[in-house]
Amino acid sequence: MQIVTGNRLRDGAVIYFAGAGDWTPAIDKALVAEDGHADALLAEAQVGAPPLPVVGPVLIEVRREGDHVRPVTLRERIRASGPTTGPMTGHTALDANPAASGVDDYSI
Amino acid sequence: MYRYDEFDHRFVDERVAQYRDQVRRRLAGQLSEDEFRPLRLMNGLYLQLHAYMLRIAIPYGMLSSKQLRKLAHITRHYDRGYGHFTTRQNLQLHWIKLEDTPDILAELASVEMHAIQTSGNSFRNTTTDAFAGAAADEIEDPRPYAEIVRQWATLHPEFSFLPRKFKIAISASAEDRAAVKMHDLGLYLRKNEKGEIGFEVLVGGGLGRTPLLAQTIKPFVARRDLFSYLEAVLRVYNRYGRRDNLYKSRIKILVQSLGAAKFAEEVEAEWQATDREAVALPDNYVAEIASAFEAPRFDATPVDERALERTITANPAFARWMKHNTAAHKAPGYAIVTISLKPVGQTPGDCSAEQMELVAGLADELSFGEIRVAYEQNLVLPHVRRDQLFALWQKLDAAGLGSSNIGLVSDIICCPGMDYCSLATARSIPVAQRLAQHLSEREDAIGRFNIKISGCINACGHHHLGHIGLLGVDKNGEEVYQITLGGDAGDNAAIGQIAGPAVKSDEVTGAIDKLIAVYEKLRQGEERFPDTYRRVGQAPFKEALYAAR
Repeated sequence: MQIVTGNRLRDGAVIYFAGAGDWTPAIDKALVAEDGHADALLAEAQVGAPPLPVVGPVLIEVRREGDHVRPVTLRERIRASGPTTGPMTGHTALDANPAASGVDDYSI
Repeated sequence: MYRYDEFDHRFVDERVAQYRDQVRRRLAGQLSEDEFRPLRLMNGLYLQLHAYMLRIAIPYGMLSSKQLRKLAHITRHYDRGYGHFTTRQNLQLHWIKLEDTPDILAELASVEMHAIQTSGNSFRNTTTDAFAGAAADEIEDPRPYAEIVRQWATLHPEFSFLPRKFKIAISASAEDRAAVKMHDLGLYLRKNEKGEIGFEVLVGGGLGRTPLLAQTIKPFVARRDLFSYLEAVLRVYNRYGRRDNLYKSRIKILVQSLGAAKFAEEVEAEWQATDREAVALPDNYVAEIASAFEAPRFDATPVDERALERTITANPAFARWMKHNTAAHKAPGYAIVTISLKPVGQTPGDCSAEQMELVAGLADELSFGEIRVAYEQNLVLPHVRRDQLFALWQKLDAAGLGSSNIGLVSDIICCPGMDYCSLATARSIPVAQRLAQHLSEREDAIGRFNIKISGCINACGHHHLGHIGLLGVDKNGEEVYQITLGGDAGDNAAIGQIAGPAVKSDEVTGAIDKLIAVYEKLRQGEERFPDTYRRVGQAPFKEALYAAR
C-alpha cells in the first residue's frame, strides 16, 4: 500500500495527501492507496490550479500498524518523525508525529 | 576584512530584489517548480528532507563579529536556533521557509553577506587556511588572493554555465591546512628564485564517486598572470568537459581522461594564445585588496609566560585545551585558537544562536572582532593574546564550547546525512555521536586521528580523506558502512583504500575499535595512522576487521 508525500511549497514541511485536495503533516491522516490504485492517487494529488501546495509529490510504501500508518523505508520514517540526532535539532513532538515514525531506537 | 564598495552593495541589493520577485511569482503559481528550481539554487536554496535549506556563503571562511551576530539572529528568527558549519567554510540552515528567504537574503545583505553561487554549476566558495593572516608558517596572507579570485569568479560572463560545480582552494603556508589537493583547482602560493610571488597551480582534485587528487600542471605562475592562467584552465574545461553525463562532468574526469601532462599542454597552448596583458593582475589592485586584510595592531607588551605556565600547571583541563586547541601565531605573544564544535554527543559542526553570539562577543573582546570557519567544521579566533587564553577557555567551557579535541579522534568531520539531506543513503551524525562517545576517553592515548563520515557517495563528509573513513550506504533497506583506510588531507594527501565488505551499523564501533587497536600495536613512536598504514600495508587491519567473520 502507498501514500503520497511531498514538501509544502511555502515552508518545505513534510506533508501527506489526505484526499479531496487536502494535505496534512500528520501521516496517520494520509489517504492510503491499496495495490493497483496508487497511480490514480498520485494523479489526484496533483490536480488543482497552480500553485499546488506541494512540491515534488511522490508515492511511498507504507504499512498499517493498528491505527497508525508507518513508512516502510528509514528515509521516510525520518521524514515523518524528524532528525534522529538528539538535542539542538529543534525538533519537537508538536512539529511531527513521532508515534507514526516507527523509529523507536535511534541508536546505531 | 574586505568591505563592500558601492558596486557590491548595489549588486547584492538588486539580486535580493530580483529574487524577492521570483519567490512572489513562485508562491503565486506564476512559476513552476521546474522553472523556479534553478533560480533558487542560484541563491543557495535547496529543498531537503524536512524543509528548505539555505547555504550562506562565508567567503574564505572569514566572518566579522557583526556578521556572526547577524547569523545568530537569522538562525533564531527564521530557523530553529542553530546552524551547521560546513566542510566548505559556509553555514547551512536546515529549517528555512521559502516565504522567508527574501527577507533572510535582505538581512544578509545588510551585513555584506549573501548566498550566491553556493549551489549550481558555477564557481563555489573559494576556501583557504582558517589560520590565514595569523599562521607562523605563512609565506604571505592568502586572503587577498582568495578575495581576488572570489571577485573574478562571481558571475564571470564566460564561466557562468560550466559543465559542473567548480571549487577552488588556496594555501600559503608550509603546511597545507586548506586540503588544496582535493579541489577542482588548487593554488599554492610560492616565491620564485627572485623572491617574486606566484602560484603553483594544481587541477583535477575532487571526492565523491571518483575520488582523485589534484595534480600540478604549472609549478609557477607569476602573480600578474593569475587571471589569464585561470581563464586558460577554465576555457579548456568549458571546451572539453563532459555535459552528457552528470557523473563524468567534473574537471577531475577530464584531467584523468586526458592525462595531467596533456591537460597541461592544452592549458599552456590556450594561455599562450591569450592576450595576457588584457587580464593581467595589476600590483596596485593587489595592494588595494591586501589593504583590507592588514594585520591588526597587535599589543607588543610582553606576555608573562611564567604566569601562564603556572596557570597551565594548576589547571590540567586548561593545559589539555592549550595543547590541542591553540597554534603558534606569527605575532609574538599571540596564539591562534580553534573552538571545537564537536562536543561529545552533539552534531559535529552545529552551533546554536547563543553560542554564535558568545563567540562574536569573545572575538570583539579578544580577537579584534575576527572569526574564521575551518573546513573541519570548527571555528577559529585568529588573534588571541596568550595571557588571555585562560579567561577565554573558561568562558568557552561554560558555554559548552570548551572541548579540547582538535585533531583528535572525537574531532570528527561529518555531513548532515540522512537525518537532513535528500541525497543521503544513510545516517552519518548518529554514527559520529556514537563514536565520539565511545572513543573520547581514550583520545589522548590514541593521538592525532581523523575520522570522517559521509552519508552518501557525494562525500561531503570527506570520508575519502579520513585516516578512517566511513561511507554510509543502503543495502536492501539497511544502513551499512563502507570503511576506507589511510586517507589523508593536507601535504601528504591520500585517498583512503576500501578495507573490505561494508559493516552493519551496530558493528561500526567494534570495527573502529579493532582498527585502532592494530594501529596502537604497530605504530612506531609518534606515527600518525596514515603513516603506519603506509608502512605496514592494509593486511593487518583487514585481518583484524574480517578474520573472525
